Amino acid sequence: MRFAFTQDQLDFAEAVSDLLAKECDPAAVRVAWENDTGRVPGLWSRLVEMGVVGLLAPEGVGGLGMGEIDLVRIVYEAGRAALPEPLSTIAGVVVPAVRDHANTADAERFLSDVCAGTSTIALGLAANPLVVGAAGAAMFVLEADDGLHLVDPDVVEITPEQSVDGSRRVSRVNWNPSSATLMCGPSGAAEALDRAATFTAAELCGLADTMLTLTTGYVAERKQFGVPIGSFQAIKHHCANAMLAVEFAKPLVWRAAYSLTQRDPDASLHASMAKAAASDAADVVGRIAMQCHGGIGYTVEYDLHLYLKRAWSLISQDGSAASHRRRVADRVLG
Amino acid sequence: MDLTWSADEDAFRAECRAWLAEHAPNPPLPSGDTAEGFALHMEWERKLYADRWAVVSWPTEHGGRGASLWEWLIFEEEYYRAGAPQRVTQNGIFLLAPSIYEFGTQAQQDYYLPRMAAGEDLWCQGWSEPNAGSDLAGLTSKAVRDDEAGGWRLHGQKTWTTRGAFCTHLFGLFRTDPDSTRHHGLTYLLVPLDIDGVTVRGFGRLDGDEGFAEVFFDGAFVPDGDGDPAAGGVLGEVNGGWGVAMATTSSERGLTLRSPGRFTAATARLVQLYRERGGSVDDPGVRDAVAQAWIDAEAYALYTLSDVTGIVEGRSPGARSSLNKIFWSELDVRLHEAALRLLGGESELVEWGPDGQRVENPWLKGYQFSLSGPIYAGTNEIQRNIVAERVLGLPRK
Repeated sequence: MRFAFTQDQLDFAEAVSDLLAKECDPAAVRVAWENDTGRVPGLWSRLVEMGVVGLLAPEGVGGLGMGEIDLVRIVYEAGRAALPEPLSTIAGVVVPAVRDHANTADAERFLSDVCAGTSTIALGLAANPLVVGAAGAAMFVLEADDGLHLVDPDVVEITPEQSVDGSRRVSRVNWNPSSATLMCGPSGAAEALDRAATFTAAELCGLADTMLTLTTGYVAERKQFGVPIGSFQAIKHHCANAMLAVEFAKPLVWRAAYSLTQRDPDASLHASMAKAAASDAADVVGRIAMQCHGGIGYTVEYDLHLYLKRAWSLISQDGSAASHRRRVADRVLG
Repeated sequence: MDLTWSADEDAFRAECRAWLAEHAPNPPLPSGDTAEGFALHMEWERKLYADRWAVVSWPTEHGGRGASLWEWLIFEEEYYRAGAPQRVTQNGIFLLAPSIYEFGTQAQQDYYLPRMAAGEDLWCQGWSEPNAGSDLAGLTSKAVRDDEAGGWRLHGQKTWTTRGAFCTHLFGLFRTDPDSTRHHGLTYLLVPLDIDGVTVRGFGRLDGDEGFAEVFFDGAFVPDGDGDPAAGGVLGEVNGGWGVAMATTSSERGLTLRSPGRFTAATARLVQLYRERGGSVDDPGVRDAVAQAWIDAEAYALYTLSDVTGIVEGRSPGARSSLNKIFWSELDVRLHEAALRLLGGESELVEWGPDGQRVENPWLKGYQFSLSGPIYAGTNEIQRNIVAERVLGLPRK
């Protein structure tokens, strides 16, 4: 029994964290809000070079052949930085789905391209009405009633929409499933949702941690009535509640990634627990952060809103807390 | 990360489970916080001790098995899973014993620990006073130096002392330096309750049990403690009691008192209750509440595995143990609330169950007891201050 990351896993995550601290600071995220792609120029290729994007892909196609547990802490770091790149969907969901279910030729071709950073694949799960990064995707993995399809962009009609998070380029997509595009049945789609829920939960924990860090920093500095507002018990209790929410969500998220790696029969249940807890935690922390910042938090000049708006988007992506609690109830209560 | 148990640990679990299946009382004992129930619980404690299950993590010479922290977790999981009795000895074995191991002389360790494990001495905690609850450092009970007799004369009052009416000994803090204030000048004393100058008065608790007590000291004498430990004495240094007490409260707040097995077993029973009654109760939200309690119990169990991994590898949880205390105590309230919602209009019944098998309503009793969790061992308001100041680094003033 050992419930902790290995030193290698922590070192890898720290290397990513160091990169993001330099290349994905709030100023870079603001650039992504304003530019055409919603992404940080040049950053994806850096992540590709580190092996992060192809972490779950086999070594034969340029991946690292590692497991979900090796990726989850990195995705958490991506959340901490509000990384405006499709890391968790591509590295965490699309790559293993194509790896496990596409025919050999497709898998080799698409995974090689993804691992080399020359193309991206967009993901459309049935749980989500919107697809992120549809424009420019070389392929789509899209869910229909009969499972996951690997779909060419030529036959996908894309209708852009505007997200509250300016770096999230979301679209509705319209397409016609056919047996020719079918990649796997409903169990493969269910597994994709479990991965998506787990990695989105990891991102939410990262976002929550950054919002809490911003908050504790601010309330220690901001003075009212002649003292730092962080000395007031009401503020202290808000911050303690925020920490409680996120610290008790994290173990569920790490365990979900472990269970996916181990192909545990309860992996789906564990993913739902993780997403329910992380969505709730990000919601609680976001509101506390907003409240403790007072007026400054309600501006676009201050950075809090970058993290808050990403959290709002991810809280319901890949299933809300309520929907995942219902899944837990169905599984545990019958 | 490896969430599997070793073959040895599995064997240990099987041994625990088999012993508990054979010996755990069925039907369950009445509450150990009543005079009648207490005697039955003491019989149970002696049975545990005889087969070396009373203090599994202690060294064998003190009555334990030298079990690892992991094995202790396994034992606790099996103990609660079996529905075995509450531990009336817990204030001694979980709160005082770690301090005796850390601060006690060899003579104190050798005398007190085996007697505590065997249930020969029963310890209650003497922290709270009528005017010192959350503000523990504001306590006024004093120990006055008696040089001639080589010890201390105690004066003052302790209160809300759990099982004080049944215990044989008290551990507590007394002001030994009359010129001191706050947490300075306090001494941690071990006090037999049968000596002259000690009066114990029991009183009823909110949940109907009589286990609470107030303890009055009127010149009772405790020696320095370098002689025969049987007469009581000082644990640690004179005027150094605050440090000793803080070591004890962190074990009360942290891992040692509230093992995750307690909550995973309780939520398993809650799930059973839902299966029996969830279909007939008119409460659309209760299913969600039960699922949330299940998730929270899992989160607590995993959080504990992470803590234990850290402790085993030399990383102390420190002030983070306050997070732990807030979480389990509030989880305990929520899971009992969910159960009472399932009982609906019958939730108020003190005795409950089918005719012929009526027992004390465990959910009502458990709910009432759970309400004490956010209060004892340092209120959750104090714990939140600790988290904010010592973990998150917010300014004290």
